[in-house]
Amino acid sequence: MIGVELRKLLRSRRTWATILLVDALPTLVGVLLAVTDLGPRPGEGPAFLSAVLTDGTLFPLAALAIVLPLFLPIAVAITAGEAVAGEASAGTLRYVLVRPVSRLRFLVAKLVAVVVFVVLTVLVVAATAYVLGLVLLGDESVTATGATSVSGSSLSTPELVARTFLALGYAILCMLGVASIALFLSTAVQSSLGAALGTMAVFVGSAVLLTLDASDAIRDFLPTRYWLAFVDLFRDPILWTDLRSGVLLQVAYVAVFFTAAWANFATKDIAD
Amino acid sequence: MTGDPGSDVAISTTGLTKYYGRFLAVDGLDLEVRTGDVYGFLGANGSGKTTTVRMLLGLVLPTSGTARVLGRPMPGSGRDVLPEVGSMIEAPAAYPQLSGRANLSLFDAMGRGSRRRGRAGRVDDALDRVGLGGVDDRPVRAYSLGMRQRLGLANALIRRPRLLVLDEPTNGLDPQGIRDIRALLLELNVAGTTVFVSSHLLLEIEQMCTRVGVLDRGRLVLQEHLDDLRAPTGRVVLRTRDVADARRLLDSRIDEADGDRIVVRRADPAALAAELVRAGIGIDELVAERRSLEEIVLAATSAGSDTFARPDRPASGVVA
Repeated sequence: MIGVELRKLLRSRRTWATILLVDALPTLVGVLLAVTDLGPRPGEGPAFLSAVLTDGTLFPLAALAIVLPLFLPIAVAITAGEAVAGEASAGTLRYVLVRPVSRLRFLVAKLVAVVVFVVLTVLVVAATAYVLGLVLLGDESVTATGATSVSGSSLSTPELVARTFLALGYAILCMLGVASIALFLSTAVQSSLGAALGTMAVFVGSAVLLTLDASDAIRDFLPTRYWLAFVDLFRDPILWTDLRSGVLLQVAYVAVFFTAAWANFATKDIAD
Repeated sequence: MTGDPGSDVAISTTGLTKYYGRFLAVDGLDLEVRTGDVYGFLGANGSGKTTTVRMLLGLVLPTSGTARVLGRPMPGSGRDVLPEVGSMIEAPAAYPQLSGRANLSLFDAMGRGSRRRGRAGRVDDALDRVGLGGVDDRPVRAYSLGMRQRLGLANALIRRPRLLVLDEPTNGLDPQGIRDIRALLLELNVAGTTVFVSSHLLLEIEQMCTRVGVLDRGRLVLQEHLDDLRAPTGRVVLRTRDVADARRLLDSRIDEADGDRIVVRRADPAALAAELVRAGIGIDELVAERRSLEEIVLAATSAGSDTFARPDRPASGVVA
């Protein structure tokens, strides 16, 4: 079933259109930066963006920091929100289940497909940004000294590559959290649009609450709390506290919402 | 029910009941479909046919009662039973952006134990059976209603099932298409497939089925061999030009008379013919009366369940 879902994902024109759209924003940002030469000052704007004018190899990370807070979660919410509700309203769900495909396997396959979608998107974004950074943006510190860490010291290129992959992994885990919420909503409501919008409401709400001092008591449990903690991977030494909390929190979200999705779907009457 | 239920009962349910909230959709259903039957499952729209079909296939869980399909309990044994069941549930469905062929191979790849070997052959086979063998690579989005229906049937046939469960299989087909599908189903039945067809089209069932079950507002009101249901009623219908003479001769034996049509009670057609000839009465038509399935079903069911007349104002003139 996982193979079937992947075939459907990769063959769908919408998958690629979505990836291109997600990729468009960092690309635009990169081009604008290169043309105007006006970077944000350090400490302002998306992470790493102030550094890319001097070091273009950091642009993949900057691009990730641009798409992670909004674009990627929206794409994930739409894809995962459609998983069950979309198949149900298209009528294909009942034919899948009478094959038979077990309901648990169906949900797992859907989640795996979303993860693959996220990996593809992140890779495309990172690759485009890498090429763009190399061609258009600054190349001052690429060669001998290695890139500069956020803390100011230098990182060697292998270190930088390893940390970049860790950052990608962290971003994927965060998106898995979003996907689990969307998957649960997709089993609970009839319209895939409802599931997608509901998921967006969750992370927009979470982002709003994070800005309030009054929500101090719950802020550490909000789903978007540690999303941007991957920046800490580029400190020297790596600042693990937030990353560790982030991983635990996302794993908890995935476990809770995937279990809820399964509990809801396992005994659901497929009546449409 | 006789013998080993696995061998000669394809579907059996006991007290199968489904409530949606407080709405009773299916009420204590005792179905019995024998192996080799072409079973017609009749009922008005909303009488619970589709809910029953979905319970048989494990899509909807019964509130109470049990269902056995191919000798094993559903939905518990779905993973063993369903690979041997081909089904079409209400409308056919497919992934619209893919071609019919791609859809079939995708569905064939789902589920456990599906082999890649021979898949292309199975797909072509199923398409040939339903008359779509020569279809091009256009996406299903561009299919006509009839083509979608045929594709849905191909999807049901692809695993060469022992039991076919079809909900309204001829929806959207033209008369030629309906005849094709009927011929196909009968051919499959001769080859050993048990066929369970639900429909609200009486004529379709009458021309195809060996046994019928009639559902009315969630209850099974009739389950019989079609031949038994349509056995002669014992009355004889006579058409004659010599109406007055005939009425005088048959007088007390006449049940109904309407124009040139006279219905005679408890009569043997041959004896009656001889008697009429002896009396010099011309016979235009003389035939033992059989009830049509329509009459049987209408007699057994109440008004259609999509009729909601106000209790104080009976639905006069509404033909269910």
